[in-house]
Amino acid sequence: MGQTTRREFLQLAGVGGVVFASGLFEGCASADRPRPAPADDFYFVQLSDTHWGYKGPANPEAAVELPRAVELVNALPKAPDFVIFTGDLTHTTDDDTERRRRMSGFRAHAARLRVPAIRLMAGEHDASLDRGAAYQENFGSLRYSFNHKGVHFVALDNVSDPKGILGDAQIDWLSRDLAPLAKATPIVVFTHRPLFDLKPDWDWATGDGSRAIDVLHPYPHVTVFYGHIHQEHHQRTDHIAHHAARSLVFPLPAPGSQAKRTPIPWDPAHPGRGLGLRDVETDPRTPDYRLREIALASEA
Amino acid sequence: MSHVLLSLALLASAVAPPERVVRMTARRFTYSPEVIELEEGVPVILELTSLDRDHGFTVPELGLRIDVEPGKTAQVRFVPQKAGTFLFHCDIFCGTGHEEMAGEIVVKPRKEARRGN
Repeated sequence: MGQTTRREFLQLAGVGGVVFASGLFEGCASADRPRPAPADDFYFVQLSDTHWGYKGPANPEAAVELPRAVELVNALPKAPDFVIFTGDLTHTTDDDTERRRRMSGFRAHAARLRVPAIRLMAGEHDASLDRGAAYQENFGSLRYSFNHKGVHFVALDNVSDPKGILGDAQIDWLSRDLAPLAKATPIVVFTHRPLFDLKPDWDWATGDGSRAIDVLHPYPHVTVFYGHIHQEHHQRTDHIAHHAARSLVFPLPAPGSQAKRTPIPWDPAHPGRGLGLRDVETDPRTPDYRLREIALASEA
Repeated sequence: MSHVLLSLALLASAVAPPERVVRMTARRFTYSPEVIELEEGVPVILELTSLDRDHGFTVPELGLRIDVEPGKTAQVRFVPQKAGTFLFHCDIFCGTGHEEMAGEIVVKPRKEARRGN
C-alpha cells in the first residue's frame, strides 16, 4: 500500500481527501464540476473528527478548519465519488439543544461539498451521551452498508453505546450483511474507534472489536478506515489493514509517546499543523487502495 | 489442639499480607485519588463510588474493569503481580472532559516498598 508525502500528493492530484457515510447528502454535485468517471476505478475522500463546536486552547481557530477542508475537496480536479466523515462530527455538549445546533452547523458546512454523495457516521462526541438520539434525528442510521462499483462498504457504530462497544445485535447484523457476499468481494469498513487494541489505556480500542474482526476475517479483501485518534496510523491484523485518518480540529500524540493522551499543544506559528484529510483510490478488480494524505495547512 | 490452630492462624497471617482497602470516588471528570500506590504481592480491594453519574473504571494492562454507578459501591479485588505504573481511565463516555478522566496505579517492588516503610 503506497503512501505519499503531501508534496507528492499535490503533484499527483492537486489536493487531498475526505470520506463521509450515510447517503444523507446524495446529489450535491454541481453541474459545473466534472463527474466521477464511470470506470470501475474510483476514489473517495475521508474526513474525520471535525468536532464542530469545539472551543479550546488545542485549536483557537477550530471554526475555520471544516470550511477549509470543504474548500480543499471542492478544489480537487475531479470530484471523488463520495466523501465519508468517520465520526465526531460535533464536539460533545451536555446541552441537548446545543448538540442539535452543532449538528445543524456541521450540516450547513458539509452541504457545501460539491460531490455526488456525502456519507456520515457518528463518534462518541456525537452519540454517546444520548445513545445516538440527536444523531439519528439529524443524520439517519448509525450503521449501514452499501455497494459501490464492486466494493461493499459497511459503516459500524462503536460509539452510541457509551461503553464504546458494537454489541451483540450489531455483530449479528454484520454477519448477516456479509453472508450473501462472495468471499472475494472487496470490503471496506468504516468505524470511528479502532476495532483492534491500538492503545486500550488511552481508550483507543473497541471493547468487542475483536468479534467484528473475527466476522470479517474469512474475507480476504478487507480494509478498515477509522478516526478517533486524530492522526494518521496504519496497522494490520493478519490480512486486514486498518488506517486511521488525521483530525480536522487538533492532533493527538502518537500512541504511548507521552504519559497522557492530551492534545499536541497549539502552535500559533503553525496553525493547522497536524490536521488533514485523505483520499483513497481503488480499483476493485485488484483490489488495492492507494492512500494520499494531505495536510490542511503548511507543515513547514 | 487449640494452640496448634492458633499457631497455624498466626503463621498464615504472617505469610499472607493483609488485604488492603483503597476507597476511591469518581465524578466528572476526575477520580480521587488519581494516583494509587500499591505494593507488589499485597492483595488490595479498590472500592469505587460515583458522585454524579455512570462512569467506568478500567486498567487494561491489569485486565481490570468495572462499572461505577451512583448509589452503589463497586469493588475490584486483585493482587498486584508486578511492579510498574498502570494507567486507568473512565471507559463510559461522560462528557466534554471524559478524555482527561484518568489516573495511575503505581505498584512498588516488594523490597523497595518495604525499605520505604
